[in-house]
Amino acid sequence: MNSKYEQLHKEYKNKLTREKRLIRLVQAGILVSFFALWEIAASRHWVDPLLFSSPSRVWNMFLIRIQDGSLLTHTSVTLFETILGFLLGTLLGTLLAAILWWSPFLSRVLDPYLVILNSMPKVALGPILIVGLGPGFASIIAMGALISVIITTIVVYNAFRNVDDNYVKVIRSFGAGKKQAFFSVIFPASYPTIISTLKVNVGLSWVGVIVGEYLVSKQGLGYMIIYGFQVFNFTMVMLSLLIIAVLATCMYQLVELLEKRLVTRHQS
Amino acid sequence: MALLELEKVEKLFFSRDSMTTAIKNISCAIDKGEFVSVIGPSGCGKSTLLSLISGLIHPTSGTIKLDGKEIKKPTPETGYMLQQDYLFPWLTIEQNITLGLKTMGKLTEETRKHSLYLLNELGLGDRANHYPNELSGGMRQRAALVRMLTSDPKLLLLDEPFSALDYQTKLKLEDLVFSTIKQHRKTAILVTHDIGEAIAMSDRIILLSHRPAQVIRIFNIPDELRNELPFQARNHPAFNGWFQDVWKELESLEQQI
Repeated sequence: MNSKYEQLHKEYKNKLTREKRLIRLVQAGILVSFFALWEIAASRHWVDPLLFSSPSRVWNMFLIRIQDGSLLTHTSVTLFETILGFLLGTLLGTLLAAILWWSPFLSRVLDPYLVILNSMPKVALGPILIVGLGPGFASIIAMGALISVIITTIVVYNAFRNVDDNYVKVIRSFGAGKKQAFFSVIFPASYPTIISTLKVNVGLSWVGVIVGEYLVSKQGLGYMIIYGFQVFNFTMVMLSLLIIAVLATCMYQLVELLEKRLVTRHQS
Repeated sequence: MALLELEKVEKLFFSRDSMTTAIKNISCAIDKGEFVSVIGPSGCGKSTLLSLISGLIHPTSGTIKLDGKEIKKPTPETGYMLQQDYLFPWLTIEQNITLGLKTMGKLTEETRKHSLYLLNELGLGDRANHYPNELSGGMRQRAALVRMLTSDPKLLLLDEPFSALDYQTKLKLEDLVFSTIKQHRKTAILVTHDIGEAIAMSDRIILLSHRPAQVIRIFNIPDELRNELPFQARNHPAFNGWFQDVWKELESLEQQI
């Protein structure tokens, strides 16, 4: 009797493993065939290799650029700007949210301005930033931060407000003031939301920084794209795009890892 | 001397186009060590009354005095237990029960030990390092009771603390809360909609009217019932008679609307 059920359980487990394996296989298949098709299409001139480059050309350029060190410089510049913009945007946004939570008066006063700023396409402010902060690092980082700060403020502020009042009641019944209520209840209860805005902000900061580099920079992956476009070197454009894809994914995964470690306890 | 005195307490709630009188002219006194239940039709303002006593909201007129001092804001001298446990899910049970002490800046090795001792008393000694989501509903409510007791309040406010539990757990917890409160010689006010619970647990029952809440009648529970554990009291021959009395009074209130 028992062995029969064990057998069934084993079959069930095998089925799960098979399914998972199949999914991975198809995923890998899509990736490989994409690059293969791209390579073949370029070599047979189905698409213009001058415009669309090819994996082998991108790879060759990757090796050359690694050896002369220029790729590393460009990548690290962009990565630095993105991480800084991301951190600034998130921290400022959370700080603003805390201030709004603190002062209901201020939050009602600022409400329409937040709506306007949020609906505004932030990249349109690029020229103003360049005029204000000069054509360089500062502008690019500001762009990376600006693009995420308002949405972070709004989302985190809402999370603060949606914390169950009864938790606050508990802490206030011990005589806690507003500051204690914020740090022992409101903020920790909003962790999950803050972490999930981090995930959105990773993507947004990349947008801000790349656009910033389009506008002003002499270095970075965004600069490589614009430069490659201007001198008709599309291999360089493709290389930059691939590197951005890989790095953005890595950052996203890191945040997800952080989420797993921090948020496990928050489901009541 | 009375521990808690309410004098002509009145509470109005305002909104742009209306104003509601939630509580109208309530005066009463509760002695040290007494267990008083407040019952009344649903939505009559029982919980509002507790919030007033806790100092979370303020009366529109009248005064509420605890130990002769007027209550202006929430103080650690009153403990509050809510319908649900509201344990913080991101803290362990130990961190949860010492939260009050920490908030008051009174968390020392001694008070921490005392908290753990109380936790042990209520049968959760082995759960100190667990998180709330690993505990059952009854255990969580017990932890909430410990959390309230650690700050050593004079007055306990119980806002339907058993209403979210299943019947069996509720009966067991009634006994536990009752004996814990008696043992620590605490004064308690219990808001409930369960007549049986009110009779089984309390020394006095205050019956409130429909909104605006006023005191309709006060039942003094006889010694033979109030000295028993709630579970025993429920099985006492006198219990049913009292139940009928309170029931009728409450029923006649319901029919007035």
